Amino acid sequence: MSNQAPSAARGPSADNATFEPRIVAFVCNWCTYTGADLAGTSRIQMASNVRILRLPCTGRIDPLFVMKAFERGADGIIVSGCHPGDCHYIVGNFHARRRFRVFRELLDFLGVDPERITFSWVSASEGGKWAQVVNDTTRRIREMGPMESWPRASTALDDDLHG
Amino acid sequence: MARIGVFVCHCGENIARTVDCARVAEALADHPGVEFSTDYKYMCSDPGQSLIKQSMKEHRLDGVVVASCSPHMHEKTFRKAVSAAGLNPFKCEMTNIREHCSWIHEDRAAATEKSTDLVRATVERVKYNQALSPITIPITPRALVIGGGIAGIQAALDIADAGREVVLVEKEPSIGGHMSQLSETFPTMDCSQCILTPRMVDVAQHPRITLHSFSEVDAVDGYIGNFDITIRKKARRVDEDLCNSCGACMQACPTRKIPSEFDAGLGTRTSIYVPFPQAVPNVPVIDEPNCLYLKSLARRRKSKKPARSRKPVCQRCVKACGPKAIDFQQEDRLVTEKVGAIVVATGYRLYDIGREQDEPGISGYGEYGYGKVPDVIDGLQFERLMSASGPTGGELRRPSDGKVPRHVVFLQCIGSRDPAKGMEYCSGICCMYTAKHVLLFKHKVHNGRATVFYMDIRAAGKGYDPFTRQAMEEPGVQYLRGRASELYRDGDVVRVLGVDTLSQEAVDIKADLVVLATAIRPQKGIQDLTRKLSVSVDHHGFMNEAHPKLRPVETATAGVFLAGACQAPRDIPDTVAMASAASSKVLALLSRDELEREPQVALVDTANCSGCFHCERACHYGAIEHEEIKDGQGRLIRVVARVNPGVCQGCGSCVAACLSNCIELQGYTDDQIFASIQAI
Repeated sequence: MSNQAPSAARGPSADNATFEPRIVAFVCNWCTYTGADLAGTSRIQMASNVRILRLPCTGRIDPLFVMKAFERGADGIIVSGCHPGDCHYIVGNFHARRRFRVFRELLDFLGVDPERITFSWVSASEGGKWAQVVNDTTRRIREMGPMESWPRASTALDDDLHG
Repeated sequence: MARIGVFVCHCGENIARTVDCARVAEALADHPGVEFSTDYKYMCSDPGQSLIKQSMKEHRLDGVVVASCSPHMHEKTFRKAVSAAGLNPFKCEMTNIREHCSWIHEDRAAATEKSTDLVRATVERVKYNQALSPITIPITPRALVIGGGIAGIQAALDIADAGREVVLVEKEPSIGGHMSQLSETFPTMDCSQCILTPRMVDVAQHPRITLHSFSEVDAVDGYIGNFDITIRKKARRVDEDLCNSCGACMQACPTRKIPSEFDAGLGTRTSIYVPFPQAVPNVPVIDEPNCLYLKSLARRRKSKKPARSRKPVCQRCVKACGPKAIDFQQEDRLVTEKVGAIVVATGYRLYDIGREQDEPGISGYGEYGYGKVPDVIDGLQFERLMSASGPTGGELRRPSDGKVPRHVVFLQCIGSRDPAKGMEYCSGICCMYTAKHVLLFKHKVHNGRATVFYMDIRAAGKGYDPFTRQAMEEPGVQYLRGRASELYRDGDVVRVLGVDTLSQEAVDIKADLVVLATAIRPQKGIQDLTRKLSVSVDHHGFMNEAHPKLRPVETATAGVFLAGACQAPRDIPDTVAMASAASSKVLALLSRDELEREPQVALVDTANCSGCFHCERACHYGAIEHEEIKDGQGRLIRVVARVNPGVCQGCGSCVAACLSNCIELQGYTDDQIFASIQAI
């Protein structure tokens, strides 16, 4: 099993100029994944920091996926699905939107800057927009610097509660 | 330990140019659980697939990862190959290192590292892939067609001619739709009714078509292959079986001045009426708000005084009707039909430019005087004035004073291509029908003048461009590139103030008649229907096809197909082509006894389900059922959730909503997803 964090080489002390953020994107199969395919077929160049994980719908995304990704060394997260009203499953993206509105506050409480998550709508015809989301998020996360490792964040939480 | 094979494709140069495929394969070779890893120039080719199959046998692989293009491209291809080699197809997954990597990056090192990460995530995921088998569901070999315009008629006839039963639902008293209102059709100038009415009769006489006219779809339950449709048959108040279409009731009816919908308000009708003489079915309907008797009943119900003992009002139609077909007691009736597939062919309506708009975001043109100035009419009204079956018997006479107009101004793109009015799309048919109107006008009024204001001429269909050119070159016809800023009544003419943008000159025309080519919009209330069908619409209300190029007549809801202008503005040839395409999709579906579906459905772990039914609220499809768990004596222990695999579409919303973590989406289980996240 791959238990060693893939980004182990890069610590939180890494210099922001040379820092290459590691970003995980949770995208729906029908709109954003296809939009990212379109960006590819249109040969739109973009930052190579984003790794896409395909899900049927943003409604499938459990906030724990995001926590797990942070824990495993992600510096930023993108959640992207169909535009409101265009969901392949009619309302799945609305479920996701509601869930993430609450989840962002929880993240804040846990000491994770909610700015580390990008929530966007990218349709199957918006290859250019996908590239923009990828580039904007990469730039923003690069400016924010590496994510403090999860154990440190949770220790800080412990201190807050018991200290 | 897993025995997974990794196959990295070069896609010729497409991937290999930016990704070092050999290095990716090498990096994965030592990964735990990977038994075999290699790269090859064209993995989807015959030798590529043979390589996969061969390696599966040699290394006794129990999982396959193909790193190549998008799974939307070749997932089926590779799963088939894996299946042919004796492994469950769902043990094969793809990693997209072409569209999502090599094509969007230039840095070879970064692209290679990204590819390795992505493949590793997929390998981890495949370790948790389960063998799944497709779900089979039975099919009801009948189809529902919603809408009886030319699209619905074509689809119904195609399906019925191929031997399947069709239920056709039309909300108006007669089928025929907008096409029955047209005078001639471009570019051949066929008489619209002459080509349409025989098809309408074919529908009426077809042994395999059940026609529900004056009816609407009330509810849609079920799923592909097994829809239960509830149809509301509105009270016609005339018995369809008894009526012999003699028309005596209409002659007897004293209310004669009701604007006729069929004549777009230019003609009149009685309150018991058939919309037009060739109506199918040719059975009248009583218009409740206008019928004297029904109005008197309503008044009596309203007044608190006891019913006066006086004779009921009117009822002349009842006396006139020989076969006693008129039944004022008739109420709306609900009938249910079981079908396996649905074709939506609800068509369009014209943008109401002068009136209150019924939707936010759409605004009118107060400055054009439509609805106030009688000689400003829309394209459909002009069709009625030109039609032999129209209010003027085919003579062109303007609405205000019945004079023959000598100078007609046509304005194109009214609402269309105008983001300020809320419709930035091209309505597609107006350039052509305006050219047709010009030619028809010149045919009827030889020395008449026509002025057309246009933005661009869009005439891309077969034979279309010569047709518009013919209109432009007709003597007395002037095409002006530009727009009108204002229309108003000036004595017995309509003043048209506008601008010719090519010569940069203001134009002031005294017109006898102005015809507006108003935008095409989806039918009123279409969102009610699309909600029932779970079909998505774009922000104008046109229905969304599953794929704009490759699946143009399918919707994202399995078993629901589209035909005609409900999907986008369309002319008759396109509509008919689309209807035939939709019916061929329906027939392909209905020609099977059983249906195979991808097993990407949710599954409840009933042992752990607490029965809170959060999942039920998250499910838009109503796939969550209540299952009673009973003991040996048949006593109820508890109620848990169960997913109906036929209804479940596999979105996974219920999974994320489940508090006790006891629903899994097959193919996207928590184990699979967490494994990917761990590795990425």
